[in-house]
Amino acid sequence: MTLLSPVWTALLYLAAAVCFILALKGLNSPRTARQGNLVGAFGAVIAVVAVFLSVQLDNVPWIVGSIAVGSAVAAPVARRVKMTQMPQLVALFNGVGGGAAALVALLELAHSDDGWMRVAVVFTLLVGAVSFAGSAITFAKLQELMTTRPVVFPGLPVVMSLVLLAAVGTGVGVVFSGSQALAVGLLLLGLVVGVLLVLPVGGADVPIVISLLNAFTGLAVAASGLVLGNVLLLVAGTLVGASGTILTRAMAAAMGRSVAGILFGAFRGGSTAGSTAVSERPVRSSSAEDVAVLLGYAQRVIIVPGYGLAVAQGQHTAAELAQALEERGVDVDFAIHPVAGRMPGHMNVLLAEANVPYESLKEMSEINSEFKTADVALVVGANDVVNPAAKTTAGSPIYGMPILEVADARQVVFLKRSMRPGFAGIENDLMYEPQTTLLFGDAKDSLTKVLGAVKGL
Amino acid sequence: MDGVSLLTITVLAVFVGFEVVSKVSSTLHTPLMSGANAIHGIILVGAIIVAGQAHEPLVLAVALLAVVLATANLVGGFVVTDRMLEMFRGRKPGGGKPAPGPDKQKAGKAAEKEKTR
Repeated sequence: MTLLSPVWTALLYLAAAVCFILALKGLNSPRTARQGNLVGAFGAVIAVVAVFLSVQLDNVPWIVGSIAVGSAVAAPVARRVKMTQMPQLVALFNGVGGGAAALVALLELAHSDDGWMRVAVVFTLLVGAVSFAGSAITFAKLQELMTTRPVVFPGLPVVMSLVLLAAVGTGVGVVFSGSQALAVGLLLLGLVVGVLLVLPVGGADVPIVISLLNAFTGLAVAASGLVLGNVLLLVAGTLVGASGTILTRAMAAAMGRSVAGILFGAFRGGSTAGSTAVSERPVRSSSAEDVAVLLGYAQRVIIVPGYGLAVAQGQHTAAELAQALEERGVDVDFAIHPVAGRMPGHMNVLLAEANVPYESLKEMSEINSEFKTADVALVVGANDVVNPAAKTTAGSPIYGMPILEVADARQVVFLKRSMRPGFAGIENDLMYEPQTTLLFGDAKDSLTKVLGAVKGL
Repeated sequence: MDGVSLLTITVLAVFVGFEVVSKVSSTLHTPLMSGANAIHGIILVGAIIVAGQAHEPLVLAVALLAVVLATANLVGGFVVTDRMLEMFRGRKPGGGKPAPGPDKQKAGKAAEKEKTR
């Protein structure tokens, strides 16, 4: 039986859609973001309650059980995941959403007799499958289950074109025949497209691809809204598709990239300039005590945190070091590159977790002119975001990406695990400059040693 | 609903989507992406409808799989976004330096303990 009339259902769906818009709006500012997210969750609850009360549903115990299973798996994982692994978790959640949209479309095919309806089914199937497989590959890359370097093989563009042609052909077939078997074939082709689309993307660009796939899933959900005649799915999916597209472009702009360049750059061989060869040039390596002296007697220190800091869970030690230096009268700031860590804004989250005051976190545009006045730039586990190759070496995978101008500081200290190149797989010439000192070791260990030495000064 | 109404709704939603995220600082890009990610988990509504109309075991099984996946997207998405945003709590620009706060509190509690002893 249904408790709600269609009018009430539509009103509840409208309320949920407004909640989603307010959620996105709230996420625009740090002050309202958390509240915005809760409003979004509230909207989702309204929508789910509305669907239970308004549609004649069989199998209710099974459905409720499945919702319980999904929540029981996802919520603890989301609660407990390390902050450093946040990006791959977002990729994973995005992927399963795309997969769910594709499965819904597959099952709805049997009920859609109209040609246009089947077009929407085909679109959802294909885009949902692409999003699912693409997200799975980005997850594997970020989790370092596979190489983070672009994977290309000769003939990749040809294979991609053939698969796409086959997918379009199968899609047309589904529209005209309504065949379930063809639809399953289309789903499989979509998975192949997703894999081929993401494989050639270099590690540093993966966050942008997650955002793009997020927009794709949004579009798939919107199309499934057309299939089911459900306005809420249409509105919510379109919202995510549109905002995701803008967000993807903003992220790409922050890295000085174009979205097309990221997806198709490797096809054209643009990334080959990133050689993995470690050169034999001499570097100046140093002890923790020397670094402590450099820092302790400086007037102004700018700390540049990167992914290495996050991986070593060293953000708390970095915060302590900053505090110890401040107590000695040293002026300390953190320079945050927009894509430091693995995702835009990731580093802010990590340092905020370590109680670094918000005012000490300086964005790139704000701090870049200040490196000239800094005595020491302390680069902790970062590489690509300070690599001058981004400005000087055309053809390098990171060419054109704005960087932090640490080379302007009087002294540069790198805390690094090894001479291994960064995530983008390219060497950093800055490490061979005369003003540069290196301290090898795990970021947290090195910071702890330096902190101890600073306290002993 | 007829095609033209659906088209109208879609076009308006596109513009709203463009508008709400047009000027976000890069600090919030990650939470925003994660929040948008949670919102498309609303495909759960579609999965529930399909599962509720399933009569063959295979169809039901696939539909329930969709329900599980969609729930993971929806619930996990909102929870993970909330966790990210938890980190921003109480650190507004100009809101004073919160860093010494916990230490002072700890010190205060420790002092209280001393007193009660």
